[in-house]
Amino acid sequence: MLEVEKPVLTGSHFMNGDNACAEGALAAGCRFFAGYPITPATEVTERMSERLPLVGGVYIQMEDEIASMIAILGASWAGKRSMTATSGPGFSLMMENMGLGIMIETPCVLVNVQRGGPSTGLPTLVGQGDMMQARWGSHGPYEIIALCPSSPQEMFDLTIKAFNLSEEFRTPVLVMADEVVGHMSEKVVIPSPEKIKIHPRLKTKEKPEKYLPFKPNKNLVPPMANAGEGYHIHITGLTHDEKGYPVINAKTQQKLVKRLLDKIRLNRDKIIILEEDNVEGADVVVVSYGISARTAVLPIQQARKEGTKVGLLRLVTVWPFPEERIKALAKKVKAIVVPELNQGQISLVVERCAAGNAKVISVPHMGGETHDPKEILAAIKQAVKK
Amino acid sequence: MHKEIRFTGFGGQGIIKAGFITGKAACIYDDKHSTLTQSYGPESRGGACSAQLVISSQPVTYPDIIEPDIFISMSQEAYTKYKDNLKSGGVMLIDEDLVKTGKVRTDVKFAKIPATSLAENIGQKVVANIVMLGFMTAVTKVVSKKAMTNAIKTSVPKGTETINLKAFEKGYEYGTKIL
Repeated sequence: MLEVEKPVLTGSHFMNGDNACAEGALAAGCRFFAGYPITPATEVTERMSERLPLVGGVYIQMEDEIASMIAILGASWAGKRSMTATSGPGFSLMMENMGLGIMIETPCVLVNVQRGGPSTGLPTLVGQGDMMQARWGSHGPYEIIALCPSSPQEMFDLTIKAFNLSEEFRTPVLVMADEVVGHMSEKVVIPSPEKIKIHPRLKTKEKPEKYLPFKPNKNLVPPMANAGEGYHIHITGLTHDEKGYPVINAKTQQKLVKRLLDKIRLNRDKIIILEEDNVEGADVVVVSYGISARTAVLPIQQARKEGTKVGLLRLVTVWPFPEERIKALAKKVKAIVVPELNQGQISLVVERCAAGNAKVISVPHMGGETHDPKEILAAIKQAVKK
Repeated sequence: MHKEIRFTGFGGQGIIKAGFITGKAACIYDDKHSTLTQSYGPESRGGACSAQLVISSQPVTYPDIIEPDIFISMSQEAYTKYKDNLKSGGVMLIDEDLVKTGKVRTDVKFAKIPATSLAENIGQKVVANIVMLGFMTAVTKVVSKKAMTNAIKTSVPKGTETINLKAFEKGYEYGTKIL
């Protein structure tokens, strides 16, 4: 298709996070987007609808989010990098087909710009209440990769990262943003195309008659053949063998699902990104992600002024969870403070990993606004006392 | 340098656009750092809306504003809601066509402009936000005039550059006169 506009807008822009996410997708080579506009993710969809047709891609506004998710799976199998973007209610509808994407090992990116819930909740206001839904919202055992941007620049950078991880591990990858980061405008620097690292699709080198579409390589990831390239491919959400044919028994389930879990679990080191600031030697560490990690900076600076040794560990990757790092950290600090715009979803995971070695203090918030920095400061002070 | 600005009005006036243009002027053309956040209701026209901008010589970590240095109001509702939150010694700018102030706080620098009627005189009521930006630039000097005109040129819909720049000049001129 015709490319009449540059896919990569190299230069400095003042841009909101949603638009930066769309530009990150285009820079990563995304050429198919199916979605249903929903606040506060609408600007991702809107920008893709404007830009994709001009860079040789396809944009489809679907009838709902169930169809959006299944459409991007189809486009990925046809060889395109594909994405959808949504918020709470749409994310709920996408859960079933996200599971299908995991089961049939389909690279694609799903962006959730989180708002306050449950239900339609707070369409225009912030929340981080879908973090556990990302991890457990689809049925059955699975592992997921979820990245949490804290700025428009990261909306750009981590969307590219999400595409690369999705190709490397042949699985849907989530960008778990939030309304503030999505609607916030800041400077976004877009590098030249040759400086953007793109992980190519892992394609099979086998001849069509010998090809097994679900036979993994050493990394536990099966090389792919796109539809229309002359390979016979059978895809099913049912438990399947290496040919892709349904085999409904415990042995095949064990072999397949264990591999699907292990390809993420055993590659944790390649996937997990953490940002640490003054964590070594700290008495208290704030563990947070997305906008809440930014809100935490001010109270951390204040606590330091008052003489407290406090560090910040920002979870850029929330899933898979950095269990080992938190376990090790809990043995060195007095307490871990976890501010998030929900009722303590990640805090519970931190608590489990801390295993009683450090006190874990949740700083929950119902959503609708970011934390008052004073609440986080109070939690840090409480943490030092104990 | 660290300045916090609150732009307020109702949906449809281009309040968030005004914040966007100022933020862009600061970080793209004045080589500073800026972070714009916004709040609005479910309705896209008529509901209360505000944009919060932080401009700093350092990277902005905390994205919200705490106590603004500059408060711009283009609606009665927003004026009443936010006037007391302005920092003592801060700058308060209002569109006098839309806001009846009553007794104004004496601990702030206060200036008013008939932004909506000036915009109507140019021929387009919708550029009242840009008139206000011209006024703000002249009165507060928080961003340079050159950066603002560059940001306007690259942010308004194609074909409307001339009228928007005219609106900016009008507001700037008005601001220079009252100084």
